[in-house]
Amino acid sequence: MENKEKEPLFSAHRIKLLTDPFGQNNPITVQVLGICSALAVTVKMKPALVMAISVTIVVALSNVIIAAMRKAIPGRIRIIVQLVVIATLVILVDQFLKAFAFDVSKQLSVFVGLIITNCILMGRLEAFAMANDPWPSFLDGLGNGAGYGLILVIVSFFRELLGSGSIMGYPIFEKIGLYKLGYEDNGMMIVPPMALITVGLIIWVQRSRNKNLQETR
Amino acid sequence: MKDFSNRYIFTFSAVMVVSVAILLSLAALVLQPRQERNVEVEKKMNILSSINVVSEKSTAEQLYDKYIRDSYVINSSGKHVEGVNAFTVGLRAEQKKPLEEQSLPVFIAVMDGGDTLHIFPLEGKGLWGPIWGYVSLKPDMNTIYGVTFDHKGETPGLGAEINTTPFESQFLEKGLYENEKYVAIKVVKGRATPGSKHEVDGISGGTITSKALEEMVHDGLFKYEKYFTENRK
Repeated sequence: MENKEKEPLFSAHRIKLLTDPFGQNNPITVQVLGICSALAVTVKMKPALVMAISVTIVVALSNVIIAAMRKAIPGRIRIIVQLVVIATLVILVDQFLKAFAFDVSKQLSVFVGLIITNCILMGRLEAFAMANDPWPSFLDGLGNGAGYGLILVIVSFFRELLGSGSIMGYPIFEKIGLYKLGYEDNGMMIVPPMALITVGLIIWVQRSRNKNLQETR
Repeated sequence: MKDFSNRYIFTFSAVMVVSVAILLSLAALVLQPRQERNVEVEKKMNILSSINVVSEKSTAEQLYDKYIRDSYVINSSGKHVEGVNAFTVGLRAEQKKPLEEQSLPVFIAVMDGGDTLHIFPLEGKGLWGPIWGYVSLKPDMNTIYGVTFDHKGETPGLGAEINTTPFESQFLEKGLYENEKYVAIKVVKGRATPGSKHEVDGISGGTITSKALEEMVHDGLFKYEKYFTENRK
C-alpha cells in the first residue's frame, strides 16, 4: 500500500467499477443474482424503483462498512459479520420506509426484509469489500445496486405498461383512448413468470449485442 | 487474512452485537410514533371507505371525526363492555379467545343526510395471509351500505382483487337475512343469480380467497347477531 502511488479518486479503473455492472457485469443478467426479488417487485414501477434505491443504499453502505473493518474481522466468523451488517442496514431501511413511505412499504411487504438474503449483497461483500479499500468498495456497491435497479426498472416498465396500461401509476393507455379501440390489458404480465421471460429477453438482447458474454461450448 | 485468537473473536462478536442492538433500538424508538400514526390513519381511511367516503391521507382524520360519531365494544350477547377502546381492539388476538370473552367493536357513523350506520370490523384468513375488512349496515341491521376489504399478500390479479371497487361494490344493498334467518353473503363461483340479495360473483382464479372472504363475512358478522336483533329499526 505505502509504496504505491496514490490513485486519483475517480481513476479510469475506479470508474469501471461503477459502470461495469450496468453492462457486461450486470448482477442480474450476467451474474444471475437477485432474480427472486426481480420477479416479485416488478409488477409496478414505483415499488421497483424504491426496491432499487433501497438495495443500492444497502449494498453501498455495507460494502463501505465491511471494507473499513475488513482487517479487524476474524476470518472464521466473517460471513456472520457480513450478515449482521447487512441485516442491520436492511432493518433500518425497513423502519424508515414504514415511517416515511408507508404505502410503498406495504406494497413491498416482506421483500424489504428479503434484501438480507439478496445474493448480490453477500456476493459483493465476499468478492470485493473483503479485499478492497472503502472508497472503491463504495463505488462497486453503487454500481452493482444501480445495475440491479436498472434491470428492475426496465422489467417493471414493460410489466406495468402491458399489464396495467400505466407508467408510474399514470394511466397512459386510458388517456390516449386505446381501450375504446378494443385494446385490453394483458393479465399475464402481472404474474411472476412473465418477469422471468422479460428478464430472459433482456439477457437475449444483451448477449446478441455483446458476443463476449456468450458461453462457448 | 491473519489468524485471530478465540478471545479476540468472542470480544469482537460481543462488541458488534451490542452496538448493533443499541443502534436498532434507538432507531425503532425514534421512528415508532410516526409508524403508529401511519397505521392509525390507514385504519381510519379503511373505516371511512366502508361508508363510501373517499379520503386522502391528509383528510382522513378530519373526515373520521366528522362522520364517526361513536364507537364502543360489545360482547357476543350484545351487552356493552366498558373501558375498552373500540379503535385499538386487535381482532386477530380477540379471535383466539372463547366467543364469550371476545371484545366486538362497533363504530357508529352519521351521514350527511342524517342516516345512522353501524360499522363492523372483520378479520379472516386468506390464501397466503390475513384478510380483513369493514362492513357498514343500514339501521335495519340487514342491508349493507358499504364494504371495504384488504389483504396482506393475496396473489396479485387474482385473490388480491378483493380490495378493488368492482368486487366491493357488488356488496352494496345486499341483505344478511332471508325471512328472519341469517344467511350472510355467498361468494359464488362463476355468475351470481341475477337479482339475488345474498350472492356476489367470486373472483375467477381466486376461489380460495373468495371462499375465505365469504367465511370471514359470515362468521364475523354472526357474532353480532344479538346486537342486530336488539338494535333493528
